[in-house]
Amino acid sequence: MSVTESGSALDPEALAWQEQVPGGAHWSGVLRRGTTLRITDQQGGANVSTLFFNQEEKLERYNMADTLKAQHTAYLTKGYVCYSDMGRVMCSVTDDSCGWHDTICGVSNARMVTEKYGEARYQEHRNQYHRNGFDSLVNELGKYGLGRRDVMPTANFFSKVTVDESGAMVFQPGNSEAGDYVELRFEMNTLVVLTTCQHPLDPDPQYRPRDILLSAWHSGPAGADDLCRNRCPENQRGFHNTEVMFR
Amino acid sequence: MTQTLVTSSLDPEAAAFSEVVPAGEPWMKVVKQGQVFRILDLEGNQAVDTLFYNANDYEERYSANDTIRAQGNIYLTAGTQLLSNEGNAMLTIVADTCGRHDTLGGACSAESNTVRYALDKRHMHSCRDSFLLALAEWDNGMTKRDLSSNINFFMNVPVTPQGELTFADGISAAGRYVEMRAEMDVLVLISNCPQLNNPCNAYNPTPVQLLIWDAQ
Repeated sequence: MSVTESGSALDPEALAWQEQVPGGAHWSGVLRRGTTLRITDQQGGANVSTLFFNQEEKLERYNMADTLKAQHTAYLTKGYVCYSDMGRVMCSVTDDSCGWHDTICGVSNARMVTEKYGEARYQEHRNQYHRNGFDSLVNELGKYGLGRRDVMPTANFFSKVTVDESGAMVFQPGNSEAGDYVELRFEMNTLVVLTTCQHPLDPDPQYRPRDILLSAWHSGPAGADDLCRNRCPENQRGFHNTEVMFR
Repeated sequence: MTQTLVTSSLDPEAAAFSEVVPAGEPWMKVVKQGQVFRILDLEGNQAVDTLFYNANDYEERYSANDTIRAQGNIYLTAGTQLLSNEGNAMLTIVADTCGRHDTLGGACSAESNTVRYALDKRHMHSCRDSFLLALAEWDNGMTKRDLSSNINFFMNVPVTPQGELTFADGISAAGRYVEMRAEMDVLVLISNCPQLNNPCNAYNPTPVQLLIWDAQ
């Protein structure tokens, strides 16, 4: 059994590592070229707001607009890739059981979380205290000498927001169920920074961020016949731009 | 497509500041709280790529995500409050004779042009090159790190209900303008788009006029 087959169960023997991240927490780590990361929504309704940075040159980072423009899409799913602001493919969405990941809504902030869920400080609530997306990302970014200036528009895995003909944005509940997952294959050495705080448009009135499971294994980078590479001529050029760094 | 067109009663002759910015050039200036800032599309279908910063704390800056989320709509027009990454109102669009402005499409760069058009397009002039030059000349510590989400005034970039991002023909025309009141002191960084690959302006970048009126 291979862990890289679509929809397959994970083979514990092939895993490089696995780690659970509770709801409302933040996490970071380096995923090297040729590694695949599966993010699993353990309870259903998770939201994972994620930023990507070139590990060696952190001024190069995930760029929402370039990702959307190159692929003429406003969301991510299997077959799409995440572009840096330097015209390179950082990672590819190689598998996806839920079909839609938001790219345009960003993260919550302290004011919004207090207004929506009420104040819940650490002093009274211990680790059940309320955290927000922006501060969570700043917290994790600070560990690499990065900060507020580096909080760019995020990819929000597992959340679905559609746009109607008039431009109105609609959050779609029930997009992700317990056990749903998305797989990212890294095409360059990438610092991943994420928070599991609730999506800013999640209509749930309860502060109830969900747990996720991270599972990583060596997959090798994209081959010549890769689905994401050959999705469009833009992606072929994006992969070219990444690969010249590793020749 | 419904549009809310709102004209302005301000007299260009009474403006405290007026400057024509040629196609392809950057522009950077502080607009003070209460002042009204107008971008005038002189010849039509320009794309005016614009970033805003809190002039007293540039780590607070315009956020496309916060802005579209707060108003529940991806298009900017009269009545839209332009919000910062901290959720504060930076400017309010008070007049708009174009009707729709994009904030998802971002700014062109040498590198993204290799992806979108062809590898050999890298050496053409681009917005993000203009931004970098303006930041270097501004010389207050701002760098590429400060290039975040921007507004493309006069650009039409629809998202379909199926999630496709499309580039539609421009809906601006000669003489149309957008006008906004500064709710805080804002540092404005513009690249008057020199894009020569995008058919939206018929491959013909043109000048814009920028006007500022003092608080009434």
